[in-house]
Amino acid sequence: MLSYIAMRFLRTIPQLFLISVLAFIIIQLPPGDIVETQIQNLQASGATVDQRQAELLRKQYGLDRPVHLRYLLWIGKIVTKFDFGYSYAFQKPVADVIKERMGYTFAIALLSAILTWVIAIPVGVFVAVKQYSLADYIVTFFTFIGMAVPGFFLALVIMYIALTKFGIRVGGLFSPEYMVAPWSWGKFLDLLSNMWLPIVLLGIGGTAGTIRTMRAMMLDELRKQYVMVARAKGLSELQVIIRYPMRLAINPIISGLMWLLPWLFSGGTLVEIVLNLPTAGPALYSALMAEDMYVAGAYILIIGALTSISAVFSDILLAASDPRIRFGGVEGV
Amino acid sequence: MATDNLLIEIKDLHTYFYLAEGVVRAVDGVDLRIKRGQTMGIVGESGCGKSVTALSLMQLVPPPGRIESGEILFYRAVRGNNASTMTEVVKITDLKPNSKEMRSIRGNQISMVFQEPMTAMSPVRTIGAQIMEVIMLHQEVDRAEARRRAIDMLARVNLPNPAQAIDRYPFELSGGMRQRALIAMALSCHPSLLIADEPTTALDVTTEAQILELMRTLQNDLGMAIMYITHNMGVIAEMADEVAVMYLGRVVEQTDVQSLFFNPLHPYTRALLKSIPQLSDATAKKRRRLEVIKGMVPDPYSILKGCTFHPRCEEMIPGVCDQVLPMLIEVEPNHSVRCHLYGTP
Ligand SMILES: Nc1ncnc2c1ncn2[C@@H]1O[C@H](COP(=O)(O)OP(=O)(O)OP(=O)(O)O)[C@@H](O)[C@H]1O
Ligand SMILES: [Mg+2]
Repeated sequence: MLSYIAMRFLRTIPQLFLISVLAFIIIQLPPGDIVETQIQNLQASGATVDQRQAELLRKQYGLDRPVHLRYLLWIGKIVTKFDFGYSYAFQKPVADVIKERMGYTFAIALLSAILTWVIAIPVGVFVAVKQYSLADYIVTFFTFIGMAVPGFFLALVIMYIALTKFGIRVGGLFSPEYMVAPWSWGKFLDLLSNMWLPIVLLGIGGTAGTIRTMRAMMLDELRKQYVMVARAKGLSELQVIIRYPMRLAINPIISGLMWLLPWLFSGGTLVEIVLNLPTAGPALYSALMAEDMYVAGAYILIIGALTSISAVFSDILLAASDPRIRFGGVEGV
Repeated sequence: MATDNLLIEIKDLHTYFYLAEGVVRAVDGVDLRIKRGQTMGIVGESGCGKSVTALSLMQLVPPPGRIESGEILFYRAVRGNNASTMTEVVKITDLKPNSKEMRSIRGNQISMVFQEPMTAMSPVRTIGAQIMEVIMLHQEVDRAEARRRAIDMLARVNLPNPAQAIDRYPFELSGGMRQRALIAMALSCHPSLLIADEPTTALDVTTEAQILELMRTLQNDLGMAIMYITHNMGVIAEMADEVAVMYLGRVVEQTDVQSLFFNPLHPYTRALLKSIPQLSDATAKKRRRLEVIKGMVPDPYSILKGCTFHPRCEEMIPGVCDQVLPMLIEVEPNHSVRCHLYGTP
């Protein structure tokens, strides 16, 4: 198991390298370099920039050097100083833009992922055990709706209803009076009262999908002979379900963890934009719109790195849960 | 038949499946008696209700099936106060499938080995964990003792290196080894009845012979009765003391193994015996064509009038067999048959 974990980590190194190269290429992609963009910005605000100043800026960014050195310079600063460059759109270092949004992004997405599992796993198991019952039909109906209706649309509908029918302003994470206030108990409670909506909205699609997966997997497993063998041992039905088919049916959920971290970061962008949340997704979106390439590159790098790191974690969890993977030889059982 | 050595008595059992297409009368009036320590072989073509009879005995019929009527009696041995054993009668058909009492019988006093050793154990738990589970469920022992007993049981089924094998996963064992582990699991609480539902069909002939031998040895050592389900007459000849022949959800003939082979009464039993390939066939100059029973097993939804075997029967009596369902009657001592040739309705 330990060597498996070590191997798995080693395998991510080339992945991370490729991701960083990709992010770097994207930064270089827009026509012209950042100095030109900056000069244009400065000129737009009325300042004049002469040729000498431009050369100085180019030197400062290392733009006069060959491309592979520029890459090393860029990645070196990221690894050693957590310096992702400067954002023109936000007028501050990219690292600061990310940092202030990171906490809310993770909190919202993690809570909605937990909500998803807490609801979807038991419900999926239940409707599989009670296949073709009334409960199964009702749940199936709602899961199809949950998967078909986009979260941002639901967010718009809820905002509209809240505003027109109840006169409540929905959106953002803080009420206006707490927006700039320092942290306090009141601010925390305010955060909670605003956070449940994005959590639920972000969770709906995933919950519906996970219920479908869980139900399908359970139906597959319930047919297998070991379930009847477990019953023949004298275990209660609940013990049989939890210890036998559920242990296997849960594996796709574990491998789905791989998508959790990146999804945490970018999955709910539309919902977050609609709800005006200070999270990562909307920031990336506006950075791309503004050709703020250091922000875009940083996000791509982070999402890519998160994807490969969470792939490692889900593989390790899966290996812990399923010995057939740990032992290498996967066999059709 | 004296009732003091009786272990299981099934009376007029009906188990039906309620499907959208209609009602499948999988078991439609089975009568069966199994004696303590004895092997009862159950034979019959595929789909005649052998497995459903076994599952009914354990109250494990899966929905949409259920036991419709009939009685299953279990003569359970209980230790008396002066070391004598007495029997109490448990009416299994009165117990709820998921009730505590039924669960205390399952895996403990009546246990079962299934047909498919490859899928009969969860692939994600060690065989030891799965065997210890049943021991700890029914016996008041701690983990260490349960492990000791599991290793002991694995040794009894001749699994090589039982102390190491216990920590293996099912996929690390061959089919034959898995079936041994499953037998160990089924016998780990010393049941008084082991139901073996075609336990060797998925195995090769050599392995099959070893497993059969093993089951006989274990029966001698542990003294349990075996209900051996198969469609292989050869295996019946080797294993069974008593035999029940089933056709379309009913027992059509029940007797001891000698009488069955040397004096089969029911036309269906005779046809089954004729359809066994024999070694002499292969050596004979002109090969005998294997006799097959003419016609097909009728579809399970239809209800046939009279004896259900009459459309395929060589000795059908028109006006009788296609009109009246024969009863199971004892025509000789310990030899019952359900056929109009041996008595008037
Ligand atoms: N879960 C089920 N749902 C619906 N019908 C079933 C179910 N299990 C069994 N049956 C039906 O009950 C009848 C008897 O089946 P059973 O499994 O007892 O046959 P069998 O004698 O064990 O055959 P085999 O030798 O193939 O194992 C068959 O017609 C079968 O279609
Ligand atoms: Mg069967």
